Amino acid sequence: MDDFLAARSQMALSLGFHIIFSCIGMVMPFFMAVAHYKWLRGGDETYRNLTKAWSKGVAIFFAVGAVSGTVLSFELGLLWPKFMEHAGPIFGMPFSLEGTAFFIEAIALGFFLYGWGRFHPWFHWFTGVVVGVSGLASGILVVAANAWMNSPSGFDYVNGQYLNVDPVRAMFNDAWLSQALHMTLAAFAATGFAVAGVHALMVLKRRNIHFHFRAFQIAAVFGTVAAVLQPLSGDFSAKDVARRQPAKLAAMEAHFHTEKSAALVLGGLPNEKEQRVDYAIKIPGALSFLAHGNFEQEVTGLDRIPVADRPPVTVPHLAFQLMVGLGMFMMGLALLYFWALWRRPHWLRADWLLKLFVAAIPAGFIAVEAGWTVTEVGRQPWILYGIMRTRDAVTPMPGIAYSFYLFTAVYLSLSLVVIFLLYRQIKMVPELYDRPALVGAA
Amino acid sequence: MQYVVIIYLCLAIWLYLLLGGADFGAGIMELFTRSKNRSAARQTMSHAIGPIWEANHMWLIIAVVILFVGFPRIYGVMSVSLHIPLVVMLLGIIARGTAFVFRHYDAVKDRMQMLYNRIFALSSAVTPFFLGVIAASVLAGYVNPAATDFLTAYVWSWLHWFAVAVGAFTVALCGFLASVYSIGETHNEADKRYFIRKTRTMTIITFLAGALVFVAAGFEGIPLGPWIFGNWVGSSAVGLATLSLGGLFYAVSRGHTVLPRLLAGFQVTMILLAIGYRHFPDFVVLRHGSNLSLLRDQAPAATMQALGWALLLGSIFILPALYYLYYSFQHEAEEVAEGTTIAAVRK
Ligand code: HDD
Ligand code: HEM
Ligand code: HEM
Repeated sequence: MDDFLAARSQMALSLGFHIIFSCIGMVMPFFMAVAHYKWLRGGDETYRNLTKAWSKGVAIFFAVGAVSGTVLSFELGLLWPKFMEHAGPIFGMPFSLEGTAFFIEAIALGFFLYGWGRFHPWFHWFTGVVVGVSGLASGILVVAANAWMNSPSGFDYVNGQYLNVDPVRAMFNDAWLSQALHMTLAAFAATGFAVAGVHALMVLKRRNIHFHFRAFQIAAVFGTVAAVLQPLSGDFSAKDVARRQPAKLAAMEAHFHTEKSAALVLGGLPNEKEQRVDYAIKIPGALSFLAHGNFEQEVTGLDRIPVADRPPVTVPHLAFQLMVGLGMFMMGLALLYFWALWRRPHWLRADWLLKLFVAAIPAGFIAVEAGWTVTEVGRQPWILYGIMRTRDAVTPMPGIAYSFYLFTAVYLSLSLVVIFLLYRQIKMVPELYDRPALVGAA
Repeated sequence: MQYVVIIYLCLAIWLYLLLGGADFGAGIMELFTRSKNRSAARQTMSHAIGPIWEANHMWLIIAVVILFVGFPRIYGVMSVSLHIPLVVMLLGIIARGTAFVFRHYDAVKDRMQMLYNRIFALSSAVTPFFLGVIAASVLAGYVNPAATDFLTAYVWSWLHWFAVAVGAFTVALCGFLASVYSIGETHNEADKRYFIRKTRTMTIITFLAGALVFVAAGFEGIPLGPWIFGNWVGSSAVGLATLSLGGLFYAVSRGHTVLPRLLAGFQVTMILLAIGYRHFPDFVVLRHGSNLSLLRDQAPAATMQALGWALLLGSIFILPALYYLYYSFQHEAEEVAEGTTIAAVRK
């Protein structure tokens, strides 16, 4: 494996790993806050147990999120030192604010996890909410950094020099709003569906139905609301991409030739050599409409992009189809769920609906990974769009392939241990929370 | 504003060594405790660092962020020349953080615990060792960004006796901090005496490791002696640190708990001051050419301005909250009970 490819793969692996834990870190505190609130208000012990059970899982995810994030902050330099030398001072603003957000999160987490029975109940509850709010803030801030790579601003690029740096303008770049909105919703949708699905599975297995059904309800409400909003925000993102990164739009839509009233390509296998898409369904005019809000307008194709600046097509196109497909599936399931809540309450306990939620456990997270693949691969060959090429940013250090193998092994084993631990947590639920006589003070 | 940023960088490094260091020390002590006492030591430590370990390690992130935002060249050169020790340190951070949390939150307490314990203890030593190696490499003057052959550019930059000695010294220092810290966390006389004995041993080991650093520096031709003792700040810092050791032992033997911690912190601070004073404003000493300096190799002024404000603003939120966190968990011992209950139910 050549070093450049290894560096890219290692970066993608580390981010793809971290993003799972950060989604959970951003969203689970809100689920816990709801359960915690219901316990403090209504006094139903189930909700207290639920909060505790969740908080143990979250502690595990937080630790992995924190260490993988620490790794990332070094990896940016270890893999892309030339990029960081120029970019650091410009896109550093969100990172330095993010530092504060992380810190507050870590402090609040200490209070929350170890604070049972030590503080005023509402102060304890409040620390849980702070964990969530600062997690959300850090997610939004770090996406600002990525958005800046897609839409560089806040400096003048003159003869290879980065002049008149304005870190605040760099932070509020063009892409931030659409990306941060879409990412935040994605975190809620992905975590909501995954958690709801796991508890649905337990209900189906007739284990602690009382406990798991309540858990399912909380997670499902968050997840489904986000899943309905997600395609709307995705459409907003797509229009934004069409405006600022026509090459990325063309790649993700496999749109090779510039044309008026461009067709939307559904599925299919892009053939990059022949510049066509095989086995696809085409909807005339739909791409023009989705990208520019009008069926006639011209959509820039890859033929307008210089060959050296063209991103790969197959990967972004397939990843985009996957994300949108999963998004549609999740939205459909969400609408079904709302209908059940509103008109058909007995569906909520019906096996078929629960089974659909079980099937959706991985959907959100697969969509998150696919979406990031679209964003990052679609930006290639640029690390900083239009300014610096990824190839020029890579570290001169040889042998990165070994470091890639090493990190792959580490992340793989960590994932296995986390799954193993979660399995054990869930298995212990009956023993911990079902027979109060045995548990005593716990 | 540049001085605000530099002060925060120093603050972050200092606090990381003090707080994170005590935290690493907890694991190091496990490594060097006979199995008879291990479980008691582990309970004491685990309970002491549980609520605060995440916060302790945030100082490293703050330092890194300050480096890459405010001093991008320094971050760049270190990332390239010290790639290998940085990766090893990162692996240590991963292993340690996860093993600590896994052993606490594994719902079933079985043989897996032994695995977590091993990994935790080992990585607690590996991580500060390589932190020390990195710190030493920054000072030693073997970093050579112009080098083209692999060994000179990426290996000899950090693999030399001075770095090894500083690594060992850092490990010893962490163990020392942890042993002093634990004295105040014990709940019975026997444990307390045990940690007092530990503190004595660790002090001697740290002292020897410190001497070794000077030997290694002499061997490598690094003028460490003149750097530290060539000015009154450095020599008085070392003098005060040595003097306060006497105070430390006196305070420990009188059964004080807070005073020894302050004195131990004071000693570490003096060591950092002695090294840092002469070194400032240089950060990385290079083999050829001019060193990388905190005053010269900065980000553009607008960035330093924004970074300074971000740090000041951040501390308004962070410092009071952090203080309250430490304050709240000063003398508590309940959470451990929960784990035991789970194990009991299991049986
Ligand atoms: C639960 C996850 C999820 C779901 C269901 C969707 N997305 Fe998405 N999408 C993401 C998760 C995501 C993401 C991982 O969060 C990305 C990567 C970068 C970003 O900001 O969000 C993303 C990026 C992303 C981009 C690229 C943005 C950019 O590069 O700036 C577009 C155009 C869309 N999405 C469009 C859609 C559409 C039209 C969807 C319709 C159903 C959709 N997404 C569903
Ligand atoms: C703020 C957040 C992010 C930053 C600063 C960032 C930065 C980078 C950098 C520097 C690279 C290497 C250069 C390149 O190949 O473009 C990269 C590549 C990549 N990143 Fe991101 N990234 C971020 C978010 C993410 C996330 C969350 C994912 C999740 C899956 C992701 C997936 C990838 C992939 C797949 C690549 C490889 C693309 C390729 O080389 O073809 N990125 N990113
Ligand atoms: C789009 C991509 C990213 C998102 C949405 C994201 C979000 C988050 C969130 C919400 C957390 C706190 C939750 C947790 O600890 O599990 C977190 C942790 C962390 N992230 Fe990321 N992150 C992203 C990429 C990055 C990148 C590129 C870096 C490095 C430069 C990074 C550095 C960190 C660090 C250091 C932590 C640990 C902080 C702590 O202990 O709370 N993250 N991330």
